[in-house]
Amino acid sequence: MPVDRNYPEATHEMPPRAGASIATLSDRSLLANAGIPLDLNWVRDVRVNTSAVERRVQSQVARRSVKKEWQAVWLLRAISCMDLTTLSGDDTDERVRRLCAKARHPVQQDLVQKLGIEELQLKVAAVCVYHVFVETALHALEGSGVRVAAVSTGFPAGLSPLAERVAEIRRSVEAGAHEIDVVITRAHVFGGRWQALYDEIAAFKQACGAAHMKVILAAGDLLTLRNVARASVVAMMAGADFIKTSTGKETTNATLPVGLVMTRAIREYAQQTGMAVGFKAAGGIRTAKQSTDWLAMMKDELGDSWMRAELFRFGASGLLGDIERQLEHHVTGRYSAEYRHPIA
Amino acid sequence: MSIAEKFVTMEYGPAPEDPKEAQAWLQRHNHRFGNFINGSWQTPSAGEYFDTADPSNGEKLASVAQGSSADIDAAVKAARSAFPKWRALTPHARARYLYALARLVQKHSRLLAVLETMDNGKPIRESRDIDIPLVARHFYYHAGWAQLLDQEFPEYEPCGVVGQIIPWNFPLLMAAWKIAPALATGNTVVLKPAEFTPLTALAFAELCQEAGLPAGVVNIVTGDGSTGEALVKHSDVDKIAFTGSTEVGRAIRSATAATPKRLSLELGGKSPFIIFDDADLDSAVEGLVDGIWFNQGQVCCAGSRLLMQESIAEPLIGKIRERMRTLRIGAPLDKAIDIGAIVARVQLDRIQRMVGQGVAEGATCWQPELLLPSRGFYYPPTLLTNVHPTSIVAQQEIFGPVLAAMTFRTPREAVELANNTVYGLAACVWSENINVALDVAAKLKAGVVWVNCTNLFDASCGFGGYRESGFGREGGKEGLLEYLQPTWFKNAPRLPAAQLPAPKDDESAASTPAIDRTVKLYIGGKQARPDSGYSMEVRSPDGHLLGEASLGNRKDIRNAVEAARKAEGWARATAHNRAQVLYYCAENLSQRRDDVVRRLAAAVGAKQAAAELDLGIERIFSYAAWADKFDGAVHNPPFRNIAIAMNEPLGTMGIICPTEAPLLGFLSLVLPAIAMGNTVVAVPSEAYPLITGDLYQLFDTSDVPGGVVNIVTGYSSQLLKVLDEHDDVDALWSFGDEASASAAKAMSVGNLKQVWTNEGRAIDWFNPKLAEGRWFLEHATQVKNIWVPYGE
Repeated sequence: MPVDRNYPEATHEMPPRAGASIATLSDRSLLANAGIPLDLNWVRDVRVNTSAVERRVQSQVARRSVKKEWQAVWLLRAISCMDLTTLSGDDTDERVRRLCAKARHPVQQDLVQKLGIEELQLKVAAVCVYHVFVETALHALEGSGVRVAAVSTGFPAGLSPLAERVAEIRRSVEAGAHEIDVVITRAHVFGGRWQALYDEIAAFKQACGAAHMKVILAAGDLLTLRNVARASVVAMMAGADFIKTSTGKETTNATLPVGLVMTRAIREYAQQTGMAVGFKAAGGIRTAKQSTDWLAMMKDELGDSWMRAELFRFGASGLLGDIERQLEHHVTGRYSAEYRHPIA
Repeated sequence: MSIAEKFVTMEYGPAPEDPKEAQAWLQRHNHRFGNFINGSWQTPSAGEYFDTADPSNGEKLASVAQGSSADIDAAVKAARSAFPKWRALTPHARARYLYALARLVQKHSRLLAVLETMDNGKPIRESRDIDIPLVARHFYYHAGWAQLLDQEFPEYEPCGVVGQIIPWNFPLLMAAWKIAPALATGNTVVLKPAEFTPLTALAFAELCQEAGLPAGVVNIVTGDGSTGEALVKHSDVDKIAFTGSTEVGRAIRSATAATPKRLSLELGGKSPFIIFDDADLDSAVEGLVDGIWFNQGQVCCAGSRLLMQESIAEPLIGKIRERMRTLRIGAPLDKAIDIGAIVARVQLDRIQRMVGQGVAEGATCWQPELLLPSRGFYYPPTLLTNVHPTSIVAQQEIFGPVLAAMTFRTPREAVELANNTVYGLAACVWSENINVALDVAAKLKAGVVWVNCTNLFDASCGFGGYRESGFGREGGKEGLLEYLQPTWFKNAPRLPAAQLPAPKDDESAASTPAIDRTVKLYIGGKQARPDSGYSMEVRSPDGHLLGEASLGNRKDIRNAVEAARKAEGWARATAHNRAQVLYYCAENLSQRRDDVVRRLAAAVGAKQAAAELDLGIERIFSYAAWADKFDGAVHNPPFRNIAIAMNEPLGTMGIICPTEAPLLGFLSLVLPAIAMGNTVVAVPSEAYPLITGDLYQLFDTSDVPGGVVNIVTGYSSQLLKVLDEHDDVDALWSFGDEASASAAKAMSVGNLKQVWTNEGRAIDWFNPKLAEGRWFLEHATQVKNIWVPYGE
């Protein structure tokens, strides 16, 4: 367990990028993550008790429940934190444009009116695509405020040569992507090569420049929660703006136990360094109920700052449809059907 | 507030569970309940009722009967007359009834959960997800035992009519813990629910009707302490099972002492929650939430004493405070509430008073800024630091959401602090190092140890305490034994009241043995002169003087108990090693056979003396055999973990040996005790204490470590009193007449030591089927359940 590491002092030499507070964690203002030198003791001292984590998650889900208009509110919030995603081999420009249209108007107009939320100008946080569609997406989303995220670094396996992975990031940044979702070399985790992992992510970060970097840990590949926790810590030290559970391509993706472990790592990092790292749950989140469970975990473990798109995202493609149906049910009292809502 | 505004604040909002079905159920009963006796609702004989209210808002829920002793009598009569038929049912038939009850609990689970929350104030999340599912599980599990009863417990029979008194913290769950094993083993029941929380037990009465349970098998009489007292004192009750405060447990021990009523007590606790520096601290903090902030801390096994390794104390306290800030306190029927209402004003007052005392003694009190509801009885989650073992908040049970935190430096100190309490119900150990965790778990004096988890319960795992947390277990096979007894025992003849032979003045008789042989005491492996400097004459049944034995007194007992306590390392010797020592005893006794028989014959006749010796050698062999075979178990609770049920020795035992078989009786009691790792202070047969001389020579030559067996001769009734009132004696066995059995139970209340007696009945020490084996070993051990979840 890391104890009394006085990182705020250490970070004087490494001024944070923005200099402004981007979040609060139990009344403490936090800066954007500028990274810290690799601290191997911290990585090695990580403790995760799998059974206890699973029990906490089960109880957390059962302890929290949002009903009626609060439920509607939380679902709207989930939409605003969504990275609407398409990452298929059969993606086309037209498919991406359709997705972008949905990103601008995630909820159909009559529901927006009935909910009385016109003023929110609700839209998703970002659209997440492969590099080749960055330009298409930017064009389609112009003026909407919806950000464009590109998956990168040899997504999803991340096994192309480092130089090419770094170049891939540069290309997407040059193309105008606001956010880069990078994957790590899982082998570094299995081998305990934390320096190599740190260097790799730091190189990605440098290539990202001002673009936000989300580091995908591929928790389903790492398999153990301790691996997930250690990789989370290294990614944050190396400068991740977000840590993200999965590519969506592993056999298991965003599970609540993985989320809890990463969330706790974010909290510890914030407490030790005064810097906030965001969290993205990606893959396998398909129901409205799941989305409120995740939001409740963010609220209880990290606080309200992590219920905003600046620090929390869902990576999902199917989730929005279920949320729309729930919202319609809230408005009409009738259960809705999928075909009643425009698809992405 | 509009949706757009709520979108900014992102609060949880209310998520109320609808109470209307529960209200309708109360309405159907016109908010008034009689007692459930002989299968139907009976108006209380005195016509008195009292109100039960919702502690979250003070509103009255219903009037319930104030059961009088006449009501208790009617209920006991109903249970008694139902008993023969219920007991005569096939195990399968009883299994069907228990299965039906399990199903009915599930079918009505939400009604029961809502009712529980309304009556008790606990969050609906807990009653819905924890209490009621465990109730159903308990009946399913015991339906299984009912089915297997004859196969697994041949030659055992039910106690008869069982009186059960339960507390208010887990009302229906405690009812299930009591009723299910009693019914499964063929007993009939009179249950007295807690005064504050009678409603779910009454709802359960309806389920009994719905299940078609024969009238009188389950009777429920509501009321206050006086109702419970009437039940405890009723002469036709065969067993009392009580869960509640240690104070009341003591009173019940006293009240039942003069009767053969069986007794099991599940009492208070001040359970340690130990966190090592290599624990997953965030998870440990959640463990605390499940420990001390579960059920508003009104949990007998709540981890209320936090012991933190010094090196992590500061960050850990920080984490605990952060977590406390996110606890939600409020209306218990809200589905997103963590902490509900305290059960009653009197309990709230007690919590406030004790925290006040703690602060006055120097503790630092920290509470998060949480908004408490304006109505109802609420107390915020509370952390007390700067607490020392001397603080009242570290010693006494608060029974509220109050955590008292202390630090330790080494595992040894953690164990020392953890065991520095009169209680011994439960303990938690958090460490990612399995060596540390299991080592500490083994050393804790507690009936349940949770490793890296907290407050896990299951019907398959025994629950119950060490020391003043009570005796007896609930759940598991060990729990069933509380409701069973060997079939032969009840019908065993009564022993005549103890009477020593009158002296005869014919010292000149030719057969007179060596008078100059004065037998000393045996303490700490050494022969010791009695402190008194007096001896007692020992005479044969026809009055001839056989010799003189030392007249032991208080101080000799004190010295013997000290020696026994010091010899505790015996418990850590391997079972194989203990077996070897016992075999060696047999070898040496066999060698001295003729001498011992000759001397003993003067007291009991040649035939009995020979039988005592030969059977004695066999008995030693038996317990040498058992030493490494009385295994524990690995239970199968529905979690991914191993729950190890370990048979642990009780500690230091006092044993008052029977008069009638001076050698065999001594061996029959002392051997199972030491085979299981106990150390013993034995008082040999008052009729022939001279046997001590042969015994200490035997132990001396057989490598029995000094202090494992200590022998103090003297007047049994006097020595019994000293042993029984000695707070460092963990258990007492007394096998004498009826008066000594009553005395043994009555005088044990000081530290609530476990007492086992023959109830004044004669035990045929010469029949190995009755006089040796599991029954003795079960009484020489207590079960510790260690829960170890696993998974990476």
